[in-house]
Amino acid sequence: MTTTATPARTAAGADAAPARRARMSTRRREGGACAVLMTPFLVLLTIVFLIPVGTAVWLSFFSDDQPGLGFGPESTVFVGLRSYAAVLTDPTFLGGLGLVAVYCLIYIPLMVIAALALALLLDSGVVRLRASAQLALYLPHAVPGIIAAIIWLYLYTPGISPVVDLLAKGDITIDFLGVNTVLPSIVNIALWSNLGYNMVIFYAALQAVPREVIEASVVDGAGWLRTALQIKTPLVRSAVVMVALFTLIWALQLFTEPMLLSQSTPMINSRFTPSMYIYDAAFTRNNYSLAAAASVILLCCTIALSYGVTRFTTRSREEADR
Amino acid sequence: MSARSTILRPRMLSRAAVNTIVGIAVLYTLLPVLWLLLAASKDRDALFSSNILDLSNFSFGQNLSDLLAMDGGLYGRWYVNSLLYAVVGAALSALISVACGYAFDKYRFRHKEKVFGLVLAAVMVPQTVLALPLYLMASKVGAVDTFWAVFIPVLFNPFGVYLGRIFSEGYVPREVLEAARVDGAGELATYLKVSLRMLGPGLVTVFLFQLTAIWNNFFLPMVMLSDQHLYPLSLGLYQWNSSASVSPEYYPVVVMGSLLAVLPLIAAFVLLQRFWRSGLTAGAVK
Repeated sequence: MTTTATPARTAAGADAAPARRARMSTRRREGGACAVLMTPFLVLLTIVFLIPVGTAVWLSFFSDDQPGLGFGPESTVFVGLRSYAAVLTDPTFLGGLGLVAVYCLIYIPLMVIAALALALLLDSGVVRLRASAQLALYLPHAVPGIIAAIIWLYLYTPGISPVVDLLAKGDITIDFLGVNTVLPSIVNIALWSNLGYNMVIFYAALQAVPREVIEASVVDGAGWLRTALQIKTPLVRSAVVMVALFTLIWALQLFTEPMLLSQSTPMINSRFTPSMYIYDAAFTRNNYSLAAAASVILLCCTIALSYGVTRFTTRSREEADR
Repeated sequence: MSARSTILRPRMLSRAAVNTIVGIAVLYTLLPVLWLLLAASKDRDALFSSNILDLSNFSFGQNLSDLLAMDGGLYGRWYVNSLLYAVVGAALSALISVACGYAFDKYRFRHKEKVFGLVLAAVMVPQTVLALPLYLMASKVGAVDTFWAVFIPVLFNPFGVYLGRIFSEGYVPREVLEAARVDGAGELATYLKVSLRMLGPGLVTVFLFQLTAIWNNFFLPMVMLSDQHLYPLSLGLYQWNSSASVSPEYYPVVVMGSLLAVLPLIAAFVLLQRFWRSGLTAGAVK
């Protein structure tokens, strides 16, 4: 705590002394209250975040050297960047990283454009039953990821799925869990789960756009589409950035959906995505340093890409302002 | 007359087009949930016949009793576990996060913005990165495969602190605190009696966010738990689904179990509807 009493006041004479003391004790009380309010969270921050991140970094530089035949005490030795080299030269890890990159390139633009388009349509005022439509679109967000994956798995499975059945009647046969279709199938599950949620975020941001701005553009003769694309969309840019950022962070962690689908298709192996690679390395192969190195690499990718997204958007904003 | 109709017709057309697009999107989000509802009322043979609208072999009650009896009533156990993890966890987490966000907003201390930056950074860190170290820490203190191994990590919600700070800025005017100080009320008493009441809607929003997150939680329980009696619904259904490929009697049970597992969140959202909207807005506008 810093005291910020000004010299003029301290020199004001004897009367100021009790007031100062009172102020000091207020400050102390404030400090105490502040500490009480923050401590529970800061303890959690330390136990659940700081120590684990530190441990992951530490583990990635050390390795348990198994003595011959598995007898005798294990010793932990410093291995430097060996684990990182092992991860980065492992084709299964690089394959997973590449897969998630492709997943992001398909999923994020699709999600942002679809959610924004729906929000703009709802905001145009011509949609009937707007509140019910919003609630219906939001509904999948109340369905846990694993259950969304179960529902869609069954809808992809021939014999159970009415969709596959219907397509078969029209002489179309699609294997939704085939080599080339399994990734789009996963994109579909994620899109279904989060479309309405992101739409509501955009819709809320659009509602905050001042009505005068919209009216002015209509008076200027701008049509509905031009108003939506050239007036409204730039004004909700911060919401677009936030949605893109959170979608990216979640997309990089891709785990639940492929994990569940892997029970039913050989197209998804146990190291299909980086998160699955980490799980496999840590809990199937018990190679903690390898898992930790992969975790740190995934973390660095997340930080770099998030930084890139925010950086890119602030720069384009500055250019737009110029 | 003719001039008026040419102006109106394109508008009518686009109106119809807009409603059609939104209608298709609504069907896309609703139909899978509807399928789940219908499939839950099928016996196993009907489930595999794909003819979902044929209601002749209605066995909703049978499936329900099968579900509750399966593996010695494990499902009921999972349901209670999920409710404990999610409802108690989210409530406690919301109180902790909002209190911290409030302190960030109302008090001054050294390196405040740096600490807050750390909190924001924590939002970005993937769960999968923290899971292995958390598992090792839990095994060191003998907490692996206990209730606490899952319960304590889910209390941590840095995004809730961020929201708490925004809500505190918006809902609790400084004048109110000054007035309470002049009246000689203690800081904590003011927080509990005055500020917390004003933060109520924000608290509910943070609670809803965390409730959804914990109900969805899958990776952490999978890492921490091996005792089936401690499983939350997500992990239990995952396991039953993997058994289903070997023993198909699990299929109707997984479908019925999924349907019931969806209900609490839908109920929470419908009951607390007006809160989540304000929370989403606060996050998006900033």
